[in-house]
Amino acid sequence: MSDLKKQIIDQLNLQDTKPEDIGDDQPLFVDGLGLDSIDSLELIVLLQQQYKIKLSNAVEGPQVFRTVRTMAEYITAHQVKNI
Amino acid sequence: MIIENYITSSCLIDKQGIYKNEMLLYENKEISLSDFFLAAYRNFELNYPKFHKMDNLCKLGWLATEILLKDSFYKNEYESKDIGVVLSNASASLDTDIKYFESTKEIASPALFVYTLPNIVIGEICIRHHFKGENAFFIFEEYNSGFIEQYVNNLLNNNILQACICGWVELLDNEFKTVIFLIEKKATGQNILFTKENINKIYLSKNG
Repeated sequence: MSDLKKQIIDQLNLQDTKPEDIGDDQPLFVDGLGLDSIDSLELIVLLQQQYKIKLSNAVEGPQVFRTVRTMAEYITAHQVKNI
Repeated sequence: MIIENYITSSCLIDKQGIYKNEMLLYENKEISLSDFFLAAYRNFELNYPKFHKMDNLCKLGWLATEILLKDSFYKNEYESKDIGVVLSNASASLDTDIKYFESTKEIASPALFVYTLPNIVIGEICIRHHFKGENAFFIFEEYNSGFIEQYVNNLLNNNILQACICGWVELLDNEFKTVIFLIEKKATGQNILFTKENINKIYLSKNG
């Protein structure tokens, strides 16, 4: 999950944030990291660029991008499917 | 009746550094544009995480406004609807338009797309300071002091605004220069009349 946190920081230009500042179960949006709707689109781009995963169902977005852990679980599940 | 308005603060940023009221506040020692903006952001101890997500045009205009208003503007004396922003430049948002176009060759960047309009810099300034007055962004081939004077005086003299941030925010590739002014109806800072001649003089005071 440490690599994923670094990728999130790079993708979203969170220059004042370090990977260790982001908790595994900390909400990414609203009260957590405070990400916004444009950030959510950038996270979709991150999945495509880094992991070749396309979010097939937009309704899944809020659950997939809830925390770093839920993102990591989604990546793990879908990378397995892609192999 | 001739109504006089005043330049109560000015900020100029070019490759040499950052000047407020024609005095050097910060000298640029960086090579790249992004390093300069980041170093200035840290030097002035600004705390606004969204700054890092802005494109270079917005960073330039936003930084200039922060320095323009710091210790010079008593926002509480005005209603938010009475403070406006009128900016201009020559290259619109072309710097980011090109970067966005390049990104579309792989996966189009949403974060770049939202900055492919020049007036977004006004939005970033207004969000930061909660300004809700009239705003406009104009494109000219070159710095047009006569238009700025006429347009902003019209807004102030017809009570559409009580205070206005205005000027020039130009950036393309690694070339940039911004000169912005705080215009108010009373001389609370510098006693410089808001005239075409005076805003030209400030613009030309540094030819970097």
